[in-house]
Amino acid sequence: MGAWQSYSLRLQRKRWRIRAMRKSRELRAAADRTDQIRPGDLLLFSTLRNEHVRLPYFLRYYRDLGINHFLMVDNDSTDGSDAFLADQPDVSLWRTGGSYKRSRFGVDWLNWLARKHAHGHWALTVDPDEFFLFPFCDTRPLRALTDWLDASSIRSFSAMLLDMYPKGPINAQPYLPGDNPLDIACWFDSGNYAIRRNHRFGNLWIQGGPRRRVFFSDLPEKAPALNKIPLVKWDRRYTYVSSTHMLLPRGLNLVYDEWGGEKASGILLHTKFLDTFTAKAAEELERRQHYSGSVEYKAYARTLEENPDLWCKWSEKYINWRQLEILGLMSKGNWA
Amino acid sequence: MSLGVVMLVHTAFKRAEQVARHWANAGCPVVIHVDRNVVAKSYKAFVAALADVDHIRFSRRYRCEWGTWGIVAASQTASEKMLRDFPDVQHVYLASGSCLPLRPIEELIDYLAARPRTDFIESATTMDVPWTVGGLDQERFTLHFPFSWRRHRFLFDRFVQIQRLIGTKRMIPSGLRPHMGSQWWCLTRQTLTAILQDPDRATYDDFFRRVWIPDESYYQTLARLYSRELESRSLTLSKFDFQGKPHIFYDDHLQLLRRSDCFVARKIWPHAELLYRAFLTDRAGAMSRTEPNPGKIDRIFAKAVDRRTRGRPGLYMHSRFPNENWENGVTAGPYSVFQGFAELFDDFEPWLARATGSRVHGHLFAPEKAEFAEGEEVIHGGLAASAEIRDANPWAFLTNLIWNTRGERQCFQFGPHDTQDDVIWNIAKDPNAQISVVSGAWAVPLFNSNLDFATIRRAAAKLQKIEADSLDAYRSPYAKAHIRIWTMAEFIEAPMEPLQSIIDEIGARNPRRLAEVPKMRDLTGFGQFLQNLKNQGMHPYLMGDFPVEGRQLGQRPRTRKPYLVR
Repeated sequence: MGAWQSYSLRLQRKRWRIRAMRKSRELRAAADRTDQIRPGDLLLFSTLRNEHVRLPYFLRYYRDLGINHFLMVDNDSTDGSDAFLADQPDVSLWRTGGSYKRSRFGVDWLNWLARKHAHGHWALTVDPDEFFLFPFCDTRPLRALTDWLDASSIRSFSAMLLDMYPKGPINAQPYLPGDNPLDIACWFDSGNYAIRRNHRFGNLWIQGGPRRRVFFSDLPEKAPALNKIPLVKWDRRYTYVSSTHMLLPRGLNLVYDEWGGEKASGILLHTKFLDTFTAKAAEELERRQHYSGSVEYKAYARTLEENPDLWCKWSEKYINWRQLEILGLMSKGNWA
Repeated sequence: MSLGVVMLVHTAFKRAEQVARHWANAGCPVVIHVDRNVVAKSYKAFVAALADVDHIRFSRRYRCEWGTWGIVAASQTASEKMLRDFPDVQHVYLASGSCLPLRPIEELIDYLAARPRTDFIESATTMDVPWTVGGLDQERFTLHFPFSWRRHRFLFDRFVQIQRLIGTKRMIPSGLRPHMGSQWWCLTRQTLTAILQDPDRATYDDFFRRVWIPDESYYQTLARLYSRELESRSLTLSKFDFQGKPHIFYDDHLQLLRRSDCFVARKIWPHAELLYRAFLTDRAGAMSRTEPNPGKIDRIFAKAVDRRTRGRPGLYMHSRFPNENWENGVTAGPYSVFQGFAELFDDFEPWLARATGSRVHGHLFAPEKAEFAEGEEVIHGGLAASAEIRDANPWAFLTNLIWNTRGERQCFQFGPHDTQDDVIWNIAKDPNAQISVVSGAWAVPLFNSNLDFATIRRAAAKLQKIEADSLDAYRSPYAKAHIRIWTMAEFIEAPMEPLQSIIDEIGARNPRRLAEVPKMRDLTGFGQFLQNLKNQGMHPYLMGDFPVEGRQLGQRPRTRKPYLVR
C-alpha cells in the first residue's frame, strides 16, 4: 500500500469520526447507565427500530454469553421497544428521530457511542436479529474468547452472517416474545458463498446464501454482503466504515489468513426470516431507509409475493457450532 | 518435606492463592515471587490473604517482562530463599501462578523421593530444536537485544537485521554450551545450589542478562554443567502454539487433563472454575482411575497448530482466503473434467456414473445454466444452477461444489460452448483435476445438426479457436492437473484403452475390466463433413487426420458398427 493510499484512508477515517460527532447530536439519552461500566467489561452495541418482539430473547442470549452492558440506539420505535429497553438494568438507551439512512444505517451513531464508551473494551456490534457464535461457545463464555484474543494480540474477530430460514412459508409460524428464533428459523445454506478481496480496505467481500439464491439469482452482484467483523477490542481511533463489514484502520480487516492457515472465526446467525419479516419488508420499502435505494427490500417484495419458501432439499438444519466448523463456515483456528 | 515450590505470580491472585494453599496443605513450602509491575494494593492484599499459612514466603520483587532477565532474577532470588529457609527441601519445583497440580501432590513427592538425584529440566542444544519462534535460536546468545520484542517490535527486528549485517557476535563464556527448553523445571538441591553458588556466577549472569528469553536457557544451559542425572523433560504439561504462546486450558478440557498423566499443567484460564474445583478441592475425583492417555492432548494441540498454519485444503471462508499458490490444495478433492466425450458418445454421462460410481454432471459451465446431474436446480450446500450467480465468480462456484461434495468424486463435461473465463486456467493449475480431452469432438453435434452450412462454418471456426485456447492452457508449463489429450481421429481408432485408463485412475468401484462401453455416435460421412469445411476455407485441425471415406459409385454406404458389449 502506497503512502498516498494510506494517507487517504487516514483522511477517510477522520471524516467518519467527525461525521459521527456531528450525528451524535441526533441522539438523546433515554437511560444512561454507562457509569456502571467497569474496566474490562464486555459491551454490546446495537441499533434498532420496532424490534420489541425480539428483545427479550436477544437480551437473554447475550447476557448468557457474558455481555456486561448493552448500549442501544432506538430509531423512532413505535412498538414500545424503547420503554422496554429503558427498564433493563444493564442497558443504556439513546433515542433518535434522525434518518437511519443519513446516519449511514446507524454506523455514525454507534461509532460515536463506541468512541465515548468502548475505549479499551471488547465491543460486540450486532443487530437484534443476529446471534453471535464462536468456537466452544457452548462450553466457554465470551470472556474466554476475549482473554485468548488479548493473549494472542488479536484486535478483531470475524463472523460471517449466516442467513437462517424456516422450512415452508416464512410467515407460517408466528414468533412470540421470548421464543428462540432458531426454533423456527433453523435452516441454512452451507456452501454457496463467493468470496472476493477488497483491496482498498483489505477486507473480504462475501456474497451468497439463501438471499442470493432466491432473491438475487438474476442480479448476484447486488446480493447483500455477509462478511462481518462484529467483535473488536475498541480504541477511540477506530471507526466502522460500512455497517460492521469493514473498519478503519484497515489492519483490523485482516481477519483471514493469507498463507493457507485458518484464523479463528465465528458466525452471526441471522434470524431475519421470521413471520415478522413480511410486515417489516413492506414498511422498509415504504421508508426507503436502506442500503442502495433499498434494492434488497425491493427484491424481497417482488419474490415474497410469489413463493416465500427459502427452504430447499439441500438446506442444512442447524445443530451447533461444531457443525458449522465442520462445514467450513467458521473455524477454531489455533484455539483448542 | 522434600519438595519446595517456587511460584512466579503476576496476575489472577485469587487462583494463585488457591494453588499456593494447595501446595502448602500437602506440606510443601512455597516461595512466591510477585511481579514488581503489580500495584502495591493488590500485592498487599495477596500477602495478607496468605498470611495464615506458615510455610509460604514472599521473595524480593523484580520487574518481569516477557523475554527479559527479570524472570530469571526472580527465580534465582526465590530459589535462594527457599534453599536457605527450608533446609529439608531436596527438590525445587518452578511453577507459575497459572499452573495447576493435576495429580495428588503426595504422588509427586513420592515420585521425586524415588529419584533423589534426578533433575527434570528440558534442555536441548539450539541446533536440535524446531520450536524457536522468530527464527532466533543460536542468535539469542550472540546478538544484543536492547529493544523490547513486545513493545518495540519494529526496532527489535531492525536491530537484529543490522547486527546480522555487520556480523555482531558476542562471546559465549568458555565452558558453556547453550541449551534451551521449557522454563518450568524441577531441580535437586545439589544442582540448584551448584548453579547459584558457582564462583563464576557473576560472569554467567552478566552473559545471560543480555540473552533473549533467558528463562528458557539460563538453567537449561547451566544445569548441563552440574547435573549428575539430567532428565530432559519438564514435569509441567505445557503446550505451545505456533507463535510460542502457551495454550490455555478451560473447563471443557477436564476429561483430557484427567487422563493426561502429568503432575502439573499450565496454563489454566483463571475463570476455569470447574478445573480448579476438580483438581484442588475434590481429592478423590482429581485423578479418576481412568486409563491415562497423554497422547490425546498432544494430538489435539498439534491439530490446532496444523489448522492454524495449513488449514483445510480447498476451503475458502471468512478466516481463510489464501493468496495464490498458498492454498495448500486449491480444491478439496479430486475431480474429473471431460471435454468432447459427451459429444462423441450417445449416453456418456449415465455410463460414466455407472462405471465409476461418481457423480456425473453435464456441462457445469453451460451458458444457460449449470447442468447438474439429474437436472437438479440446486445441489449440495445450496449451490444454485443459475448462470448469473455462477458467472459472478466461477472459480468460487467450482471450489464450493468440490468442497460441498467432499467424499464423493465429481465429474463434469466441459467444452468450447461453455463459459470459459479464467476458470479453465484455474482447473489446469489444480493438481486435483483430471482432465481428459478429445479435441475436435465439438464438431460432431454440428455434423449431426441440420443447420445452414454457412452457420456451421462460422460456429466451427469459433469453437475451434476457443478449444485451441483451452488446449494452450492444458499444455502450458503452469498446468499441474492430470491431463490427457487425444485428437478425435486418434481416439476413435481405439477408444477402449483411453477410457479404461481414465476409469482406472478415478478408482472405479469394481476394478475389473469394463463390462460395458458407451455407444459412439454414428460418424459415417464425418470425414466428408470436415472436407466440406476445408473446401469452404475453414481448416478444422483439432480432430487430427480424418480420412475422407470416398464413396465409390455403386457401392452401398457401410454403416459403422457401434461398439458392443464384449
